Amino acid sequence: MDIQTLTFLIVGATFALYIGIAIWSRAGSTHDFYVAGGGVHPVANGMATAADWMSAASFISMAGLISFMGYDGAVYLMGWTGGYVLLALCLAPYLRKFGKFTVPAFIGDRYYSNTARTVAVICAVFVCFTYVAGQMRGVGVVFSRFLEVDITTGVIIGMGIVFFYAVLGGMKGITYTQVAQYCVLICAYLVPAIFISIMMTGHVIPQIGFGSELADGSGTYLLDKLDGLSTELGFAEYTSGTKSTIDVFFITAALMVGTAGLPHVIVRFFTVPKVRDARKSAGWALLFIALLYTTAPAIATFARVNMIDTINGPEAQGTAHEEAPSWITNWEATGLISWEDKNGDGKMFYSGDERNEMKIDRDIMVMANPEIADLPAWVIALVAAGGVAAALSTSAGLLLVISTSISHDLLKRNLMPNITDKQELTYARIASAVAIAIAGYLGINPPGFVAQVVAFAFGLAASSFFPAIIMGIFSKRMNKEGAIAGMISGITFTALYIVYFKFINPAANTPDHWWFGISPEGIGTLGMIVNFAVATVVARFTADAPKDVQQLVADIRFPKGAGEATAH
Amino acid sequence: MSFETEQHAEDYWKENLRMMLTLLGVWFAVSFGCGILFVDELNTIRLGGFKLGFWFAQQGSIYVFLALIVVYAVKMNKLDRKYNVHEDHEEPEEFEEALEEEFTQ
Repeated sequence: MDIQTLTFLIVGATFALYIGIAIWSRAGSTHDFYVAGGGVHPVANGMATAADWMSAASFISMAGLISFMGYDGAVYLMGWTGGYVLLALCLAPYLRKFGKFTVPAFIGDRYYSNTARTVAVICAVFVCFTYVAGQMRGVGVVFSRFLEVDITTGVIIGMGIVFFYAVLGGMKGITYTQVAQYCVLICAYLVPAIFISIMMTGHVIPQIGFGSELADGSGTYLLDKLDGLSTELGFAEYTSGTKSTIDVFFITAALMVGTAGLPHVIVRFFTVPKVRDARKSAGWALLFIALLYTTAPAIATFARVNMIDTINGPEAQGTAHEEAPSWITNWEATGLISWEDKNGDGKMFYSGDERNEMKIDRDIMVMANPEIADLPAWVIALVAAGGVAAALSTSAGLLLVISTSISHDLLKRNLMPNITDKQELTYARIASAVAIAIAGYLGINPPGFVAQVVAFAFGLAASSFFPAIIMGIFSKRMNKEGAIAGMISGITFTALYIVYFKFINPAANTPDHWWFGISPEGIGTLGMIVNFAVATVVARFTADAPKDVQQLVADIRFPKGAGEATAH
Repeated sequence: MSFETEQHAEDYWKENLRMMLTLLGVWFAVSFGCGILFVDELNTIRLGGFKLGFWFAQQGSIYVFLALIVVYAVKMNKLDRKYNVHEDHEEPEEFEEALEEEFTQ
């Protein structure tokens, strides 16, 4: 069977599975729709959180990025896992005890203010939309490469599937579908990694393989070979990287704190039955995430060595373009690889200096990896199914946060307090349908800056939600004036810095012009510090939070008496 | 107030904070310390084919993160019991019954 047929079969089978689960777990009430009835087992919840969290970006792009960045790629690895420690230790158990559906609900109630709630709704909707646009695009890219339909058709198919189970099943449908999607995506990620690890180093476990000796009998360590290749070709040493220490520090911190402040991740911890489960659930989630995140740097290393070897040939003199392996010609057709024969010798050559003749898009590494390593066709089809699963699961989670924020926090709590449970559910479904349509539109016509806006989303979450929630739990006195002033100044500072360097004056986007050498990706950390500082100063000069709110804070600090998450 | 005394509530919170800050100290030390600030120093040490600093940045810190969450969950459950503020035992059964009902429908 050819790759095309196999891909149709495997992707089709996974779609049938997702739809089957959606029908089986249809939501009957707002409680089911928002928090899956509060009855999801911690292990299932951990898998769902992991699938929710690992987007098309984690699955498709991350290993490729690391492959090109070397050591510097650690900002993503540590940043996107370290946030779970903050979540488990500082947020999840308390928010679960607090027992509301959404992040805006916590902010609104803890700071006894509808203004604070509305600010939080706007932030949540904006953060989620920037994310979801990228996901829909991811679905489109995978479909267009492997099913050979155009990107628009690909996005529309993806929209249809997400619409079906997100609108029908709500959180309940999404949670159980995401469990299935996690299984698909992790298999799709691990299988090629294990194959390649065995081929290159003889080790079954890729995490050990990429720190081992090559299987060619030379006795050289894989990473030493890669360091050698990199310096010969005019790149920085793979294990050292090029970013400044302060920038790596700030980017890692912004991604960690941003992770802990992202509304679609936090809401996951409301779906477990107990506070104890919220703590456990964060552990399970990180375990499932770590499986992929510790494999990614191994894939990055294997792919880099393989790619350089195939393009430059064993003698490092270049390979003739007529003899190029099929993956190069396949991807040349999509425009993501291009070759320009500068010295006219008919051979391809890849390097980091003036000898370079290749342009290679970072995003193709994971998708091309099985082809580069000559793995069987079913593995390639499986990777396509994994990419689609990653993109769909994250989109569904994000859409749910958007619809909940609008139907519950904005309509029910602020604008139309008298609607019934049934009406609210209808509004939630309408909101997710509208959100899917907008997300699909953004996926088909992406604003030129989707990739930049994703970094923006982390910075925003880090500088707005995270400090407001932390202070809401750990300081009884923090009042609404402090929290609102903090959120607004943190988010404004971060947004202005990013907008200036990314959109107004991109030419100045170099380390010389950055404050303290911090890039726009890392500025969210400084924004968070601004938020904390402003909130503390303002709170000192205004009245303490009222007694009943202080009592509420005292109550969320221990687990006993945690009921189910409620709407009111 | 679910605590037996005011004093208990205060002690429980203090113990919780102390544990949280210790674990966050480890969290900071492995990721920002070993993986970023002291990466060059650690890179002079080898762990098989890995330079140690590089290994912490791309592998080790993630394993430590996982261990931290497990330690926290276990210790907090013990602390809840010590101060008698853990969730009741009846609840899991109720929860399972509810689930059963759900499945048999």
